[in-house]
Amino acid sequence: MRSKVLYKRHSGVVRVTHWINVLALSLLLMSGLQIFNAHPALYWGAKSTFSRPWITMGAADARGRPVGVTVVAGEAFVTTGVLGYSKGEVRGFPSWATIPSYRDLASGRRWHFFFAWLFVINGLVYLAWGVLSGHFREDLFPTRQQLAIKSLWREVVHHARFRFAKGEEARVYNVLQKLSYLPMVLLLLPLMLLTGLSMSPGFNAAAPWLVELFGGRQSARTVHFISAGLIVLFTLVHVAMVVASGTWNNLRSMITGKYAIEPEKEAAE
Amino acid sequence: MSDLNRRGWLRAAGLGLSGLWLSACDRVNESPAATAVLSSAEGLTRRVQRLATDRKALAREFSPADISPDFRANGSTSVADADYLQHQANGFADWKLVVDGLVERPLALSLADLRSAPGRSQITRHDCVEGWSSIGKWTGASLGPILDRAGLKPNARYLVFHCADTLGPDPVRDGYYESIDLIDAYHPQTLLAYAMNEEPLPVKHGAPVRLRVERQLGYKHAKYVMRIEAVESFDQIRGGKGGFWEDRGYEWYAGI
Repeated sequence: MRSKVLYKRHSGVVRVTHWINVLALSLLLMSGLQIFNAHPALYWGAKSTFSRPWITMGAADARGRPVGVTVVAGEAFVTTGVLGYSKGEVRGFPSWATIPSYRDLASGRRWHFFFAWLFVINGLVYLAWGVLSGHFREDLFPTRQQLAIKSLWREVVHHARFRFAKGEEARVYNVLQKLSYLPMVLLLLPLMLLTGLSMSPGFNAAAPWLVELFGGRQSARTVHFISAGLIVLFTLVHVAMVVASGTWNNLRSMITGKYAIEPEKEAAE
Repeated sequence: MSDLNRRGWLRAAGLGLSGLWLSACDRVNESPAATAVLSSAEGLTRRVQRLATDRKALAREFSPADISPDFRANGSTSVADADYLQHQANGFADWKLVVDGLVERPLALSLADLRSAPGRSQITRHDCVEGWSSIGKWTGASLGPILDRAGLKPNARYLVFHCADTLGPDPVRDGYYESIDLIDAYHPQTLLAYAMNEEPLPVKHGAPVRLRVERQLGYKHAKYVMRIEAVESFDQIRGGKGGFWEDRGYEWYAGI
């Protein structure tokens, strides 16, 4: 049996900000769904076009029984039990997905804006450190070699077969990791903050260009919602990859910083 | 453990954990201490927004083409108060808006007085705390000159808007009210609006007069305004938080 080598994978700043982000984003998502439930419909443009939302969740009557109906771009889907109608109640997202579980917009807003601050402060620490320490440059920006079509394709094939890097190669992020982490921390997460701010009527008056950038307040609300969905999607894939490539090794590396690698064959034999 | 067993176990553990997490969140939500901690961010948001932004900045004004054909009426859409109904039946001909409290010269203004007072029209976006927006054209008397006419006493710091509508069974406890500070009161876009989209203000939108205090969420725009009271503090008024929704957990500062 080859002996494993532990090496330091994640710095303290990455580990602490990672877990604070897990907490903040979870609570932001759930309180955000509470806020969404106050008006479970989305529009494009500056104003709500109430008869033409691009997505709406509600209840309909099906032969005397209420069903949850979600309409996306004119297509209706029955989503009883999850969206529109769940546990005997007309509501957008179900109680298990919102904070608090019962309908309470004022509380949802309180949670949302509290954890928004935690998210922003945490994000600023991470970004500042990422730039100053060279973490972005050294660890997250793909190398020219990695971006070559051949190497990209190889990485895609490896991932599709759940074959992950071993040995020295495992010391650095592979190109698919880099290409998903980078847009997440530099694009999607900042976008959440900017679209969130764009929904503030006070902020709109002071900096009208921002909400215009997103095409109006209702568009900003839509982009906020879609970006949140993309973050959920990222998280699902991220957790799946963590499990597929070694749950405990990955978890340990994000807690203690130590990641185990198997030395390459040449070295071991 | 068989694979199936393990999956069942994981599933149960997952459900149990998420159940625990949710009930923990609900319990935290109901604890006054936790609410105080969560609310502390509110003060931070208000202060940072006021530091970073100019409170005299104007809300964007839109073009007539942008006006919503379906401007939503939210909150109260009618009033049960007997006095109000009499005025409504009468087209608000004898109705008077009272301006009193910490003022040198209390006023009682008719709709004709408001129409002849200095004012303006503006096409603005109305943002409900629920998340939707509608655009409408408002015409009304500027609040600032009216306050100057009444003469605010030096200790006046806030204006309380007493409304005719109630949002609940108790006419006193559930009566609508709102309050703003003097910076918002003297903002050029702050109006006592008597017309909407070139028509007299409809009852569902707050006839005869509603407050327009742009740059803030919808619930600040009090409808059915009957009386404006200048006060030093609103601590002793009703729930003490400065408004119907504020007493029910929403921010007094409604800028986000």
